[in-house]
Amino acid sequence: MLGKEISSTDEFLKGLWRDNPVFIMALGLCPALAVSNTAMNSLTMGLATTFVLLASATCVSALRNFIPREARIVCYICIIATFVTAVDYIIMAISLELHRSLGAFIALIVVNCLILGRAEAFASKNTIGRSLLDGLGMGAGFTGALLCIGVIREILGSGTLFGVSLFAENFQTWTIMVLPSGGFFVTAIWILIVNRLREKQAEAEAQAQTQGASS
Amino acid sequence: MNTPVEQPRTSVWSMYRAIVGIGALCALVIVSVFNATATRISENQARFLARAVAEVLPAAQTTVPITTTDDGRVVETAETLALPAFLGYDANSELAGAVITAEGMGYQDTLRVLYSYSFELDAIVGFKVLDSKETPGLGDKIETEPHFVANFERLDATLSPDGKSLQNPIVTVKQGDKTEPWQIDGITGATITSEAVGMMLDESANKWVPVLEGNLPELLNIRMSEDE
Repeated sequence: MLGKEISSTDEFLKGLWRDNPVFIMALGLCPALAVSNTAMNSLTMGLATTFVLLASATCVSALRNFIPREARIVCYICIIATFVTAVDYIIMAISLELHRSLGAFIALIVVNCLILGRAEAFASKNTIGRSLLDGLGMGAGFTGALLCIGVIREILGSGTLFGVSLFAENFQTWTIMVLPSGGFFVTAIWILIVNRLREKQAEAEAQAQTQGASS
Repeated sequence: MNTPVEQPRTSVWSMYRAIVGIGALCALVIVSVFNATATRISENQARFLARAVAEVLPAAQTTVPITTTDDGRVVETAETLALPAFLGYDANSELAGAVITAEGMGYQDTLRVLYSYSFELDAIVGFKVLDSKETPGLGDKIETEPHFVANFERLDATLSPDGKSLQNPIVTVKQGDKTEPWQIDGITGATITSEAVGMMLDESANKWVPVLEGNLPELLNIRMSEDE
């Protein structure tokens, strides 16, 4: 970044807001749309992805001098697939119901471009500590984004939040919200909101700079 | 434009070392996690099945896993079957019914369901989806739609007079068209899934009900022999 050293806090925070994987970088949209039909599914998928991100970032960073450039993709995929398999077993051991509701999407974390992207763009060039911070920030950003989508879809689509009923029995649920198309609508609205906020933030910063320069 | 930088070639040995080394490390991690979680997973699976059995046949206090033999008898089994079946006995050790797993192709993937059969009513009296990847909001209504679930309060599965098959095939009809007790009132918007349920129940009941009814005296003995 223009030769400027990024602080550890910034390394963590960038995944949450500036480079949010779902709303800004639009990475990992497939699971973000598919399993965000309930808040619980969103949370589990987010945590599972964060675990895989952290574990693979640690491994890739630790082995970065050992992995030759030509063979790096196969090595990264092998490492990522290992931790996805591990997380698959762990979720089955925690709760079969949860595993059932996530379906094939746990196994598909392997091909989530967010994880391979972070391994290639960050962990392979940075120390373990920085890679962990980056993974934690990105994972938190991904989980947060999934929750933002999941909470709205569950409230409108099923009338519940984390399985707790919120409305009277005659509440007409919006079936479209639990279908994939509902995922697209909610994600689009969130991207709109996030972009608007970022624009405002940029305007405010530019204004502060001009004021600072003139004074 | 930048001139392409000549990259030093990596030796075959270092590539081989990296791929085999990482492969071995990954295998070790997978085997360790598998070993650490295997017991919990099989406990969870057994608990999930036991809960599902209790849900479809609430009267049953104890269950005995069963299988059929080649000569058409029903015997107790200790094996874990792909499609497990059970006999349920109530608090007085009387036969409360049978709980059977059925499988068939749904809209997206294989559907697995559990149903209970009542010897007293000659009918299917309980139903639960074990495994389904049907479309959320449409196909998965087979688990939640009240009028569809109500089909299985008493779905006729009477045996034909010759005792070889059901008297009337279990079929799914269009939503609102149900007129007979052996018909399943389908779900508009989940036609394929609700028809799949009808087909798999018909196939499974045609296989199991004649065997169960034909061996009824021995079924009481399975429990008695266990008590001794």
